Amino acid sequence: MIERHPMDQLLREDRIPHIWCSGCGLGTSLTAFMSALQDTGISLDNVSVVSGIGCTGRVAGYVKLDSFHTTHGRPIPFAVGLHLANPSLKVVVFSGDGDLIAIGGNHFIHSARRNLDMTIICVNNFNYGMTGGQGGPTTPIGAKTSTTPYGNFEFPFNIPHLAAASGATYVARWTALDARRLRKSIHEALMKRGFSVVEIISPCPTLFGRFNRQGTGLDILNSYREQTVIQHGADPAKVGIEPGGKIIVGKFVDIERPTFLDVVNQGLKGKFGPPVEKPRAEELAIPSVDE
Amino acid sequence: MESKGAVLTGEHFISGNEACAEGALAAGCRFFAGYPITPSTEVAEHMAERLPEVGGTFIQMEDELASMNAILGAAWAGAKTMSATSGPGFSLMMENLGLGIMTETPCVLVNIQRGGPSTGLPTLVGQGDMMQARWGSHGPYEIIALSPSSPQEIFDLTIKAFNLSEQFRIPVLIMSDEVVGHMTEKVIIPPADDIKLTPRRTPKVSPEKYLPYDPDEDLVPAMALAGQGYKMHVTGLTHDRKGYPVITEEAQIELVQRLIDKIRKNRDKIIEYHEDQCEGADVIVCSYGISARTSLLPIQLAREEGLKVGLFKPIVVWPFPEERIGQLAAGVKAFVVPEINYGQISLEVERCAHGKAEVIQVPHAGGGIHDPAKVLEAIRRAAK
Amino acid sequence: MKEPSTAEKPKFWRKPLDADRLQVPKGKVHIIKERCKGCGFCIEYCPRDVLGLSDEFNSKGYHFPVAVNEDACVSCKLCDLLCPEFAIYSETIEQEEVEKGGK
Repeated sequence: MIERHPMDQLLREDRIPHIWCSGCGLGTSLTAFMSALQDTGISLDNVSVVSGIGCTGRVAGYVKLDSFHTTHGRPIPFAVGLHLANPSLKVVVFSGDGDLIAIGGNHFIHSARRNLDMTIICVNNFNYGMTGGQGGPTTPIGAKTSTTPYGNFEFPFNIPHLAAASGATYVARWTALDARRLRKSIHEALMKRGFSVVEIISPCPTLFGRFNRQGTGLDILNSYREQTVIQHGADPAKVGIEPGGKIIVGKFVDIERPTFLDVVNQGLKGKFGPPVEKPRAEELAIPSVDE
Repeated sequence: MESKGAVLTGEHFISGNEACAEGALAAGCRFFAGYPITPSTEVAEHMAERLPEVGGTFIQMEDELASMNAILGAAWAGAKTMSATSGPGFSLMMENLGLGIMTETPCVLVNIQRGGPSTGLPTLVGQGDMMQARWGSHGPYEIIALSPSSPQEIFDLTIKAFNLSEQFRIPVLIMSDEVVGHMTEKVIIPPADDIKLTPRRTPKVSPEKYLPYDPDEDLVPAMALAGQGYKMHVTGLTHDRKGYPVITEEAQIELVQRLIDKIRKNRDKIIEYHEDQCEGADVIVCSYGISARTSLLPIQLAREEGLKVGLFKPIVVWPFPEERIGQLAAGVKAFVVPEINYGQISLEVERCAHGKAEVIQVPHAGGGIHDPAKVLEAIRRAAK
Repeated sequence: MKEPSTAEKPKFWRKPLDADRLQVPKGKVHIIKERCKGCGFCIEYCPRDVLGLSDEFNSKGYHFPVAVNEDACVSCKLCDLLCPEFAIYSETIEQEEVEKGGK
């Protein structure tokens, strides 16, 4: 008898086990997302998950949803197309810090600026895992990676600050250890109108952890227990992660702001007929005919 | 404000770029994502004005990387989608053009070519991206590219581009140029009922039985849309019929062979060209886009001198009309190929002529169209 | 069987104010041992110290968790949530009145 897990019905079971290493936080992040999604009661037929490239980029391949594994850095603009061509879809971008904040950083800030109605889940493991542990946009100063053998000389991005400053309506950060709070936060982000961002600090014991002598994945989770401080409403500008410093977690931003389509519909109101924001997939897809 | 409707049936005096946008609307395009770039910007401007009138969506993205991805995403949500750009933007779009090819996403991409390389000549003509259209994204693939020579043609070919992209589930390129884009001429838009549109090939089976990359007999698979319950996986990685990533030589051969064959084996359904007096000609001028049009005067002058000159104009440039060029090569002394670059399509003509006929290039660096005297001189040389 | 690594360590849970009125459910933990990659998250963070590390290996060569203190499981589902491999879950098997707090 094949043993099944309650989560299996939401996964592409024939693709499990996943590729992630022992002690990696991505599986936990995925479970938190899928169970939050279930809790929202959103019809799973209506959910699209878009990922980029990298370890987190593989998330799209494991969820039993409409799922798109795009190119490096580009899940957000792909998601923009999905969202705007069919605003009835719930569009979630699930990708890593390198994908969303380095190569895809421009799309991140501009989509936040426009306040497109989508949820971004950014798993931050401080390095590029898939390619062997190179330094990235979130690597703390001084940290060792395969491309920063003398320690990282660059100042990292503070993702919540970047998101908040760019216009996101919801910004939270949790670690993979805060699974329950993370689940609740993802739930809130999914229900939030506008550009919602949840950053997940996650262990990479195989690479970043090994380069920086952090021990096993479990050791890293234990270190989160020592290092994290919950500070809801903290000023996003002050939640940057310093080497050896505290990791501030919590919900930092939860505001109301008109979405891109709100503004579009307001601007076009009464001009050309019904507003743009309505289900359009069926309407636009021409029914198939036998050739 | 009254909506003018999607198909502006009647006679219009409009630019090539406007005609391109109107062609897209007439073809059912309801999503445009783009980034301003001379000399293509009028396409975006016209779409920005017209799409809201017909319930469509226009968005100006942060760059061309985003524009290309947005039209792919919108296609998976059910829209017919387009973007327009020029050389530098076209270069930025190349990686994700490949994503469109690999994931078999129908969409249309317009390149209003300008002089290059690099920033080159933003406001002046070039035809230097023809080989980039063929090979610009990495890896082995086939592509479809069309080349219009007038505003009327760009209107007609934009509709054709949408139809081909739906029929073969592939991004289709419209390789126009600055002169055609900015040229203003009469464009006749037919009644909506006379415009034949190819429907999207949607699955005929339930989600449980659906394999996203299981092709029909013509090697093209049916495409489910996001939000319809099919829960498909779409990836730029090499994938199997389920759409799942498989990193093996076998999976690569099966997938890439089909992506190549769905164009090569259907080439007769795709290829289109225009011939004028090619039968019995001693010299054939083979040219496309604005250069085909500027060749008309030297061809006429050569004919007045008694030379037997034909015109061969590929309308579909990729896949290239290889067989027809091969047949014609057997009967002529030489091909003359004027193009605004230093030899791109001329190399293709040379390849297809198999040494049976000489190929004389008439290159031009860009910034202007050919001097008819130079083309005439080449025709005279070819006729000797 | 190894003892759970945190058996002696103090846990960080506060005692609920309404503990005397709560029904404590009884849970059963299910372990899909072939999926386990031996990260130990479930063992370390089980609030009731239900789990220990098996001496056995699964076919991938990982030590997997086993229920060493099965009766203590209350099906809080923290292991479900923390496990990165979808390899462990708990379910409530019966409801049982438990007087807590000694009021």
